Amino acid sequence: MRSRNTRRWAAAAAALTGAGLALAGCASSDSGGGGSASGTWPGEGKSECKGLEQLADFGDLTGKTVSVYTSILPPEQQAQEDSYKLFTTCTGAEVKYEGSDQFETQLVVRVKAGNAPDIAYIPQPGLLKTVVSSGSAVEAPSQVSDNVDKWFGEDWRNYGTVDGKLYAAPLGASVKSFVWFSPKMFADNGWTVPETWDDMLSLTDDIAAKGIKPWCAGFESGDATGWPGTDWLEDAVLRSAGPDVYDQWVNHDIPFNDSAIETSLDDVGKILKDDKYVNGGFGDVNSIATTAFQDGGLPILKGDCAMYRMASFYAAQWPEGTDVSQGGDVFAFYLPTMSDEFGKPVLGGGEFVTAFSDRQEVQAFQTYLSTDVWANEKAKATPGGGWVSANKGLDINNLKSPIDKLSAETLQDPNAVFRFDGSDQMPSAVGAGSFWKEMTAWITGESTDQALTNVENSWPAS
Amino acid sequence: MTGVVTDAQIVDAESTPPQRSASEAAKDALSSRTASIVALVIAVIWTIPTFGLLVSSFRPEEDVKTSGWWTIFTNPSFTLQNYKDVLSGGSSQESLYNNLINSIVITIPAVLIPISLATLAAYAFAWMDFKGKYVLFIAVFALQIVPIQVTLVPLLKLYVDPPFNLMPLAGRDAPAGGLYELWISHTIFALPLAIFLLHNFMREIPGELIESARVDGAGHVQIFTRIMLPLMMPAIAAFGIFQFLWVWNDLLVALVFSSPEVSPMTVKLVSLVGERGQDWQLLASGAFVSLIIPLIVFLSLQRYFVRGLLAGSVKG
Amino acid sequence: MSTSEKFVQMVLAIVLFYSVMAIILLLTQRLRSRAGERVQAAAFLGPSLLLIGIGLLYPAIVTAWQSLHGAALFDPPFVGLDNYKTLFTNPQEITVLRNTLLWVVLTPLFSTGIGLGYAVIIDRARFEKFAKALIFMPIAISMVGASIIWKFVYDYKAGGSEQIGLLNQILVWLHLDTYNFLLTDPWNTLFLIVILIWIQAGFAMTILSASIKAIPDDIVEAARLDGVGGWKMFRYITVPSIRPSLIVVLTTITIATLKVFDIVQTATGGNFNTSVLAYEFYRQNFVAGDQGLATAIAVVIFILVTPVVIYNIRQMRKLEGR
Repeated sequence: MRSRNTRRWAAAAAALTGAGLALAGCASSDSGGGGSASGTWPGEGKSECKGLEQLADFGDLTGKTVSVYTSILPPEQQAQEDSYKLFTTCTGAEVKYEGSDQFETQLVVRVKAGNAPDIAYIPQPGLLKTVVSSGSAVEAPSQVSDNVDKWFGEDWRNYGTVDGKLYAAPLGASVKSFVWFSPKMFADNGWTVPETWDDMLSLTDDIAAKGIKPWCAGFESGDATGWPGTDWLEDAVLRSAGPDVYDQWVNHDIPFNDSAIETSLDDVGKILKDDKYVNGGFGDVNSIATTAFQDGGLPILKGDCAMYRMASFYAAQWPEGTDVSQGGDVFAFYLPTMSDEFGKPVLGGGEFVTAFSDRQEVQAFQTYLSTDVWANEKAKATPGGGWVSANKGLDINNLKSPIDKLSAETLQDPNAVFRFDGSDQMPSAVGAGSFWKEMTAWITGESTDQALTNVENSWPAS
Repeated sequence: MTGVVTDAQIVDAESTPPQRSASEAAKDALSSRTASIVALVIAVIWTIPTFGLLVSSFRPEEDVKTSGWWTIFTNPSFTLQNYKDVLSGGSSQESLYNNLINSIVITIPAVLIPISLATLAAYAFAWMDFKGKYVLFIAVFALQIVPIQVTLVPLLKLYVDPPFNLMPLAGRDAPAGGLYELWISHTIFALPLAIFLLHNFMREIPGELIESARVDGAGHVQIFTRIMLPLMMPAIAAFGIFQFLWVWNDLLVALVFSSPEVSPMTVKLVSLVGERGQDWQLLASGAFVSLIIPLIVFLSLQRYFVRGLLAGSVKG
Repeated sequence: MSTSEKFVQMVLAIVLFYSVMAIILLLTQRLRSRAGERVQAAAFLGPSLLLIGIGLLYPAIVTAWQSLHGAALFDPPFVGLDNYKTLFTNPQEITVLRNTLLWVVLTPLFSTGIGLGYAVIIDRARFEKFAKALIFMPIAISMVGASIIWKFVYDYKAGGSEQIGLLNQILVWLHLDTYNFLLTDPWNTLFLIVILIWIQAGFAMTILSASIKAIPDDIVEAARLDGVGGWKMFRYITVPSIRPSLIVVLTTITIATLKVFDIVQTATGGNFNTSVLAYEFYRQNFVAGDQGLATAIAVVIFILVTPVVIYNIRQMRKLEGR
């Protein structure tokens, strides 16, 4: 049955495309999808559905279900599902949630076989492009487009856009430009959080002088071993060469081994490839390659190392009972800038809501997820913390954990220049291949020049 | 069996005269003692890593992640939290119980069907006469090497959109929530190895047995059901154990073909680790929760490994 | 679906399956002629061959065809033998081939050797069932569990820090330097192979033990009466009697070894010169998304099995001949 339905919808969509998508733009009562809304929406008159009036466009969706496929797993899954309850209240449609730790590979398998979910939360712009190229992804409805314009920055809209068309609105976000440390340990030793890169280097020396390894690091992550190294390099490029060079580098407008990139990697090497500075609690420089990134920061708890550069989501890695706050056992500071020239670069990641069907309930759900109402609903549904969004309508006071507040403040900072994780945008042969591999080889002894040249040579020809 | 007999005869010719059997027996006893020690050492070495995991599964998260499991003997601290977390399934709505049921429902047919089909096919390859037997057998045998990964997309395509207007087995309206795709897929992936293994066991059954039955007027179906099946029980049990394990522990096939409604324990356990592997300590307790049923199956099927089935039948 | 509905579906499927099989067999059982034998063979073999044809042969052919195409995940262009050229001109591939060879030679030999030795020693011992369950356990533990088990064995911290890995803790107790087991080539490959031997020995033991128990008692008794015991019994009675099973076990483990990728995946991600063909296939297919190259690797793996297939055919012919 499924296949026949899909074919009919596909035909409807094709007919619409032929008509120049005129319908999508002209009337908000017809959402540009396959079929028109029927009935009044169940949210009519309900106070909790205030702010979700767009959902009225899709009519009564009682009895309909939307399947969602994602890489978001428990315990975060629970918060996601809780935040959909309001959607069910206001539209009547149910959401069927499925999370997988092999989301990226399985999504491609399903799309290829013609068994795509209704909606997938894709965490890489590169994968989004690939999936769109398959022809099975569906453009976002006008309501979503309006919401993205209203609540998200231009940069975020671009990451969800392929060939000038908005396919996917941003969902969650994470900040990668963080350094984890122990506020207690800093206070006890009279160390202060560094404001500039140079401050950070002199702090590194101070800590090393005390006989403590200042930094710890871990690149091991199974298939993806090496990715923490790519994040280090991307952060350094943003700080020393600036966002414009970063964009050119990510898009391969300049060679991967451009001299600006080489300088940045050497900057990283000054910290990570010095046995005096690393790898607290684990061993020498080589041990970085075999230390799991999940374990990488844990020596901070024992005072074996002082700093660990890792994204905001590392908050979940601290064992239960760890006080993650200003003045607590551990907290994070913003990885400082090298100069004021480029503002406050923020490296980060996030997911994008991609649809493979234009049924009314699917579009309604896409719309719901792109509103400020959902962002705040999600924040409230996440008592344990560990979630933020780049949605400007997100009220920071709704966030529960100090690190989430810090992340949201960092994202909403007017000086912030946001850039998406570069390896997630590069062709997968590089971004999920040679880049990871070469950073691993680099940390175990390969030269900067050799590592970057190898990646450059592996860049696909077309 | 002629090969065996010849070898035994060689032994006959070479073997020492019976009068030295006393010293021989002493040597036997000695070597069996060293043998026992060797067996013990192997068993200990084999078990220590697993034992470490068992210990870890009872340790608090922070301890697991920052100190070795052997420190529990000097600094004991136990918790059942890991087991509680695993059994609750990391979510208030669905416990692991559902996935346990799914695993059972997936596994039983996925063991019975391929074993039955493979026993039949193995019999045909071993004791029937037809053209192209060798080529077919070689093809089946060689297809063992096809990685499951390359078959996923073509198979899923067929399930979603089968030819000749057959009923789709996957997707939104899949019958039995998609269980059929799982059963069929597991059957397909098991067949080449099952046929290969069972065929080899079947070849070992003396041809005279079949011949005499044929002379008595029995057809293939009777020979198969009355003579082969009872004689093949050890082999069928042995393969059954492994097929059970492979299906039980399978993650890949389940990831591709099962809808959330019928997803087995493996899928759930892996997801408990979290998106970024933060709760990997839960895998320790999860591994033991999912180990219980395979161990029961192993211990109960072991009784089919009985001695002398074949010898008895030859005499009788 | 509720729990009972699931069980009903299951029973239904099983009943359906056995009824169909029973009908097929009943319809063909009366046939005795030469042509009837052919029909019966078709009845016995047909269902299996049909499933294998759809589920394995057809995808294998698609795979071979894909290996002549480019990297794009959707509608890749035809590139001829380019993927194979890439494969055999890449200097890293030499290491991958070397590692694959190490795996394929060492794993079957050691797993079968240990499994056989253990099956013989433990046969008729007092705690046989329990002792066998211990060796069997590794294969019963899912791969995800196994990956953590071995993390607790190989984990490395510099001397002076608290160890999580058992082997390094033993080195510390012996006052030796700790060692990063997964980092130094080529030893790291050997340490990874140990994991697969640990898993596969249980497979070898179970099959071989079943086979040892199938050796007719009278043969063993006759030999025993002749004063044959211990090593000689093993060498001249046990091994020849279970020779076919030994070949089966060796073959099965060899093929399984060629396909194993998850050990490398979880332990090193193929870094530090530990990659093997099966992992390269997996990685290119699902991580780097180069399906052309991935399928070319799959075809190479397929070709590597040919010697095993030929050996088995010869053994079969020999058996047939006697």
